[in-house]
Amino acid sequence: MSVSTKNPPLAATAKDDSQVRQKQMIAAHYARLARASESGEKNVYTFVPGNLTELLRSFDLLPVLPEINALQSGMRGKSAEYIALAEKLGHSEDVCTYVKCDIGMLKSGNVGPTGERLPSPDLLLLSYTGCFTFMKWFELLKQEYQCPVVMLHVPYQAEGRITDSMRAYVTAQIRQKLIPALEQVAGRKYDEDRLKECLARSAQAEEDLVWVLQSAKNRPSPIDAWFGAVYYVGPIFSAFRGTPEAVEYYRALRVEIQERLTKKLGPVTPDGMMTEEKYRLVIEGPPNWTSFREFWRMFAEEGAVAVASTYTKVGGMYDFGFRHDPERPLETMAEYCMGCYTNLDLSTRVGILTRYMQEYEADGLLVNSVKSCNSFSAGQLAMLREVESRTGRPVGFIESDLVDPRYFSASNIKNRLESFLQMIAQKRGGAA
Amino acid sequence: MTETLPALVQRATELSRDWRLSSVRAWKQRTGALAIGYLPVYVPREVFHAQGVLPVGLTGAGDDLEIIKGDAFYQSYICHLPRSTIELGLNGSLDCLDGIVFPATCDVIRNLSGVWRMQFPSKMSRYLDVPQDFDRAMGGVFYRHELEDIAREIHERGGRKLEAEALRASIRVYNENRTLVRELLTLRREAPWKLPTAELYVVLRAGLVLPVEEHSAMLRRYRDLAQADAERRPRDQARVVLTGSFCEQPPLGLIKTLERAGCYIVDDDFVPVLHWLRGDVCTEGDPLANLVTAFLEDSIDSPVRYCGDGTKGQELVQRVDESKAEGVLFCAPSFCDPALLDQPMAQAALDGRAIPWTSFKYSENTGQFHVIREQAGTFADSIKLWSEA
Ligand code: SF4
Ligand code: SF4
Repeated sequence: MSVSTKNPPLAATAKDDSQVRQKQMIAAHYARLARASESGEKNVYTFVPGNLTELLRSFDLLPVLPEINALQSGMRGKSAEYIALAEKLGHSEDVCTYVKCDIGMLKSGNVGPTGERLPSPDLLLLSYTGCFTFMKWFELLKQEYQCPVVMLHVPYQAEGRITDSMRAYVTAQIRQKLIPALEQVAGRKYDEDRLKECLARSAQAEEDLVWVLQSAKNRPSPIDAWFGAVYYVGPIFSAFRGTPEAVEYYRALRVEIQERLTKKLGPVTPDGMMTEEKYRLVIEGPPNWTSFREFWRMFAEEGAVAVASTYTKVGGMYDFGFRHDPERPLETMAEYCMGCYTNLDLSTRVGILTRYMQEYEADGLLVNSVKSCNSFSAGQLAMLREVESRTGRPVGFIESDLVDPRYFSASNIKNRLESFLQMIAQKRGGAA
Repeated sequence: MTETLPALVQRATELSRDWRLSSVRAWKQRTGALAIGYLPVYVPREVFHAQGVLPVGLTGAGDDLEIIKGDAFYQSYICHLPRSTIELGLNGSLDCLDGIVFPATCDVIRNLSGVWRMQFPSKMSRYLDVPQDFDRAMGGVFYRHELEDIAREIHERGGRKLEAEALRASIRVYNENRTLVRELLTLRREAPWKLPTAELYVVLRAGLVLPVEEHSAMLRRYRDLAQADAERRPRDQARVVLTGSFCEQPPLGLIKTLERAGCYIVDDDFVPVLHWLRGDVCTEGDPLANLVTAFLEDSIDSPVRYCGDGTKGQELVQRVDESKAEGVLFCAPSFCDPALLDQPMAQAALDGRAIPWTSFKYSENTGQFHVIREQAGTFADSIKLWSEA
């Protein structure tokens, strides 16, 4: 593809209010964690998919998400050394690099993304949602920490629906195992009213998040629904769902995006605002974190914008109507867990991608297959072909990894991306 | 004419390599009944049996089949089993199956259930979610529901309705099979020269395709013939436990290589469905409840089964003790997350007891064994030297 087709230099940008706000929220959270031994605040390590943040917050427990720490390590350029250390300690080169990055970080002093030491967990909440590796990850951590661990087994939606038996199973585990364990750690009784308040706040934030994600249906899209949206889902996927800060964050974000929409502005990219939207893409799979900005730039320079993505649904699938329902606190949490993207069967995933392609008027589907993650990657090629045959639109495939820089080949990705975009351009030309 | 030992082993070898499932086709022709496949590592075959269905264990295609189309379905960093399974589906080898059950072993098998369904939409394709909560009132209730649901679907597809009496009878038949399997595993521990693993492996593996009654007969005959063979004498070999090969199976050549390199495999993880339940399943009372309880409370330790009490690796140490092994071979399929993520914990437990180990990886179609032969040979030699010292 010739240079002349690239987007012109991107307009400069200032940091959005929502970004500043998010930074502050994260900094304050990690500072609280760093002070936990003095303040006596207790924390719970858990996972992004199926995180029960409202429940933890209702006990005043602080969530710690090892996946977020791993991706932050990737972005800060620390993951290579952490992974190397874990491999030196006997972890296979074949397995999920999030786990190795976390183990390496732990063995290097457990210093978190803000440069402060993270406290050891008071409880490991193994929300076993959509990923087999979670189980092994916390079995490994259990060897390192003298703290209790609770397994919350979340059944897979193999038939594309939640049955009564599945709901009853998860709810029973929350009621009979998890809540007593949290009472023990927090030293206080379960307070359902408090939980309901948190859940009501979650629903509010979810409403605004969905509005923001769906703003990408406009032309030009005011957001990038993959690279950009990983920031947007940050608070709701991590420690903040159900908090007043999250409600405020999503309200502010919505106002900002509304403003961009009114002004018909494109998304903000690492080099500023995208001036011309040339390609609208749906993206399946997680991004790469070690070269995140470089990766994003490859798309931005081509005028390629993600209008919808599945990765931004791993911590909760809200855009087809699910909201936390404070009137059914335990059931709603169970349904939330079961509804996370990687807990959905492949036909449902294909249905979602096809819908995104149509509703967001996308030019093509691009899969970023990450070596680490069987939960995402196994079956992606079959999904790709199925979406192609259902929509008749071009599909593309690139490979990388989450936090292992050894598996990020910029030239390879760039080549594949360019041929994919060329394919779209040709198709358009042919249709004209 | 009664079958000789070489003839029996030959028959078992053919059955274990029969990825075209000709024995299953013949059985179906004879009986007109349903045959349903299942993926590793465990399904309660008693339920199928009680519904008049032949359960057929699928473990890929080994090293006998060139993968042509299957590779287009899976990236290079995913284990081999799903690509050979898809290849078998696409080349018609599995056409005789009326359905496939995909147990919740790992994300690859979980997602394979979805690929399968997209590829073969008219066939029964069932995901069997097994509980990781082992409380009867929670995981037990859920699991029972899963089994009832599968039984209902099998019935809708032409299998018999699941009845308590038939299930009790099936449990008895499988208890007998498990008893024989346990007996053979014990005999091998005591005298591995009488029951070499390369031989026992194919005899056990034949149980994936044979009706259980026929397999039990084969086990009995093998036991008697192998024990009676006076030619089989002990050699100076290192006793090892082999672990990690519970799903995708290594090629037979690899097992033979390990034995030729000086190892007596006295315990292993191969074809775990045959001995997943440690003891007999109770035949009194509600048979489905008994199967559920056996799964919850009497399953073997496995990397795919949750262990939350920090005792990971202890069962492996116990197996080493019970089999009087002198070392452990970690022998896992490449890119097998459950096996490979488990290894550091198991290795730490062995290190705690100063039990030597070595590790290598394979794929079901690995064709070159010289590196593994070197490694296993050196390991066996070092164990022998150590024990002599
Ligand atoms: S396998 Fe995938 S979902 Fe699981 S921990 Fe690794 S990256 Fe996350
Ligand atoms: S070999 Fe391992 S990763 Fe592959 S399907 Fe089997 S258990 Fe899963």
